[in-house]
Amino acid sequence: MAALTGLERVSGADTPRPRRAWWRGAVFLLAGIYFLVPLGTAFWYTIHTPGAGVSLSAYGELLTADGFVRSLSLSLGLALATIAVVLLLALPAMLAVRLFAPRLRPVMEVLCTLPLVVPPITFVAGIGTALRGGTDLLAPTPFWATLIAIQDPGFPLVLVLAYVVLVLPFVYRSLDAGLRTMDVRTLVEAARNLGASWPYVLARVIVPNLRSALASASFLTLALVLGEYTVASLLGYQPFAVWIVTVSGSKGQLSVAVSILSLLLIWLLLLAVSTVFGKEKGK
Amino acid sequence: MNRTRSRGWLGALPLLAFFALVFGVPAVVLVAGAFTAQGRPSLANLSQSLQGGYLNAMIGSVRLSAVVALLGAVLGTFLAYAIVTSRRTLLREAVLTASGVLANFGGVPLAFFWIATLGNSGVVSGLVGLPSGSLYTFWGLALVYLYFSVPLMVLAMAPALDGLRPQWREAAANSGATSWHYWRFVALPVLAPAMLGGVVLLFGGAFSAYATANAMVGTVVPLVTLKIASALTGDVLVGYENIALALSLDMVVVAGLVMAIYLPLQRRTSRWLH
Repeated sequence: MAALTGLERVSGADTPRPRRAWWRGAVFLLAGIYFLVPLGTAFWYTIHTPGAGVSLSAYGELLTADGFVRSLSLSLGLALATIAVVLLLALPAMLAVRLFAPRLRPVMEVLCTLPLVVPPITFVAGIGTALRGGTDLLAPTPFWATLIAIQDPGFPLVLVLAYVVLVLPFVYRSLDAGLRTMDVRTLVEAARNLGASWPYVLARVIVPNLRSALASASFLTLALVLGEYTVASLLGYQPFAVWIVTVSGSKGQLSVAVSILSLLLIWLLLLAVSTVFGKEKGK
Repeated sequence: MNRTRSRGWLGALPLLAFFALVFGVPAVVLVAGAFTAQGRPSLANLSQSLQGGYLNAMIGSVRLSAVVALLGAVLGTFLAYAIVTSRRTLLREAVLTASGVLANFGGVPLAFFWIATLGNSGVVSGLVGLPSGSLYTFWGLALVYLYFSVPLMVLAMAPALDGLRPQWREAAANSGATSWHYWRFVALPVLAPAMLGGVVLLFGGAFSAYATANAMVGTVVPLVTLKIASALTGDVLVGYENIALALSLDMVVVAGLVMAIYLPLQRRTSRWLH
């Protein structure tokens, strides 16, 4: 008897399926409206000028806009420098911790989580104050020139330093996942026993095995640096994201057009990450 | 090997030194500055940062983040459940990919999207006759923040919802449980860590957001990030820099408390993901 009631309940739970499908349709419809309408209207806003009709001129204007090339190339330069520095710092450190100093592992994990906890704006408050204080304090010493040099508006190295800290958590996760898929210790010991030098081991054994993790770390860094606004604007520099705000006052359509392009860029970068990882899984 | 082993940890040294310099020095400067007024150690900055307009801004930020986190969590969970139970794989993949893109879409471009849609000269606000300035309010900001918060919640919840086994539902039904009983006593307790983790993630994201708010509302809605920025860029009297540092310290404390809930939960959640 008990078994019979049980069976009835199961089939009873099955019958209201049409109602559940209706509920799901409503959720998708509302989500579709909420997420797609701003996308569509933003695009309409860039191509339609009241009284002048439809044209794609906002997108054509982009390339010739004052400051577009300069700010974009600055952002790309900062992104490349950040990728180089963060990988050169993080990869040897993670290998060293894995191979020789497992007791440092919790320290690394805390260090690589801290930048997530600290809001970027408080980080920039600290950096700004430290730079101003440091310039006064170090004025009589040669370090003063270094502090001035890293704040050069042409290529502000201080932003690279700050971005390395901000992307460290993401790079750490990505590399950690990559290192987990291979037997680092055996590979390294085998190569060393065969007489390979450390640089050779890194370049010919570790890096080829980590290709997809390194690629995804680089793409994530690129996406984060290209969109970064808080640190750059409060330290007074003008990379891409800050430039968009500057032009928005005079050229509304242009700034919205750039916003749409940046959404496309994020999509492409994420697509690249998932393809790289998808290939790895397929092997 | 022995010699390499003893020197091997030196590979971690550059990163540790870099971190101490670039993260440690600003952190020490921040804390020291927050506790210094007119060159002497004092609590004046901190007490001032918890009064009047500054306290309002902090409350505003916490309120906005809480509203966004709770609404985003509920809506995101519904959407994630709709995706997970959908049998159309194409739709499912499309929504998950879109969530990945939108969860990373923030900052200034996000603000411009909504200004073009519901701003004073926006396309939709003209159609529906929205009163001027409606977007540049507390709830307008919450609406905009949900644009990246809901997808983030979908990404956080989809694996957990996928982990709900149909056998549990059948077992509950066989034991005479109604749908409500199943959700109340089986599914929600299993999902609770993932949901709480998601709430914390959304709270943190909304709490530290600055670019979007700055591009949208300027100083109309009091938020702590906007106050810090205006104190830093010298819109206010000299000597208020240390107020910015005190406000920053307040923010770190709030964010740290919230994170302290999240980290242990994250470990518990991962148990259900496999």
